[in-house]
Amino acid sequence: MREVEVSAVTAAVKRLCIEANCNLPGDVRRRIQDCRSAETWPVAQNVLDQIVENYEIAQAQQAPICQDTGMACVFLEVGQEVHFTGGALYDAVHEGVRQGYAEGYLRKSVVSDPLERKNTGDNTPAMIYCDLVPGDQVKITVAPKGFGSENMSQIKMLKPSDGLEGVKKFVLQVVEDAGPNPCPPIVIGVGIGGTFDKAALLAKKALMRPLDQPNADPFYRDLEAELLEKVNQKGIGPQGFGGRTTALGLNIEVMPTHIAGLPCAVNINCHVTRHQSAVL
Amino acid sequence: MDYQLTTPLTREKVRQLRSGDTVRLTGVIYTARDAAHKRLVELVKEGKPLPFDVKDATIYYVGPTPAKPGQAIGSAGPTTSYRMDAYAPTLIALGETGMIGKGKRSDEVVAAMKEHGAVYFGAIGGAGALLSKCIKKAELVAYEDLGAEAIRRLEVEDFPVVVIIDSQGNNLYESGRKDYLSTCGE
Repeated sequence: MREVEVSAVTAAVKRLCIEANCNLPGDVRRRIQDCRSAETWPVAQNVLDQIVENYEIAQAQQAPICQDTGMACVFLEVGQEVHFTGGALYDAVHEGVRQGYAEGYLRKSVVSDPLERKNTGDNTPAMIYCDLVPGDQVKITVAPKGFGSENMSQIKMLKPSDGLEGVKKFVLQVVEDAGPNPCPPIVIGVGIGGTFDKAALLAKKALMRPLDQPNADPFYRDLEAELLEKVNQKGIGPQGFGGRTTALGLNIEVMPTHIAGLPCAVNINCHVTRHQSAVL
Repeated sequence: MDYQLTTPLTREKVRQLRSGDTVRLTGVIYTARDAAHKRLVELVKEGKPLPFDVKDATIYYVGPTPAKPGQAIGSAGPTTSYRMDAYAPTLIALGETGMIGKGKRSDEVVAAMKEHGAVYFGAIGGAGALLSKCIKKAELVAYEDLGAEAIRRLEVEDFPVVVIIDSQGNNLYESGRKDYLSTCGE
């Protein structure tokens, strides 16, 4: 067993909350720049230029890229040889979010009850996802998730007979329904299979795979490329003002499912697709 | 067309604007999101005065990040506007002439804009760090308990916006996409 003091988890989460909100990952930057080079529509070129200028200002000044600094989605991959000491793991994560959002001058965007709607004042609780994995390390990924794009996400329990065409149709329909609302250019996470809830989780995890790292399975790699191309033929464009660059990337994650079902979830993210990781 | 406009935006000023025009706004604008709009409309229903004069006013749908020491405001880009659709027609009827946000609006909002003369501007969603540079001063007006969602009075200089929907109901989200696609013939 390896002992890990939970205060180290708090410190890491705090740091990652601030870093993730101020620094756009390299893969997202490169994709925005590639799309800018390929963009032919002047209005769209202008929007993409401003998006580049914005993330450069944010990085230089360590200011939040977007004012919606999100719900703090915290993914933990905990090695089964790890023994946490000094307190409860999840409390330590929440404390890291509390400290990071206060010290980083990040927006507190969480209400304690979905209907009563009173702000918790410290952006807690975090949304915690924990996987037990082999080994003695702890990997922490903080992915602040804005809700302009989260609100445009959808899930559908397709029928097995809907098949591949049903999946394609649904993904394209979700992008069409979203239109200009989720701050295009967007990143699209697609989860196929599992159960109702697992499909949604797969879609969220798909958003964290680097945009320059296609699915390892050739079938899904090709499907990712095909769907991204179809999305970018829609003409919605950056901010919905028209243009080629409606989406920066589209990642698909799949898992086994029931003989009677074909769950399909589409999680939308904006061009501010943020995630930072650390290993303890 | 490119315009430089100073607030307050009178009906005459907004009626000249057309969907697709770019505008640099200078002057005073007010912030309000869902929670503040809900309270404003409740005050209207009760016949009580509003915490600021909405006549010829521009409302920016934004919930900024906290200002760091020495800053006027933190990052401050637009939030999605459809969440204000239930409230906007009431404020437009009272004289609100400008709205700044991003995303689609309802038919009811567009009808109110056409009837009374109002304009819907888009600012670049997700460009909060860039946009905050045009905000020179921010002071609390009402609803401090709402935190980031409180109503603030902003003084802006050359704040960059695009006319999405004009007072005749023309919509850049429809025309921009159509115009781009018309250049993509196979």
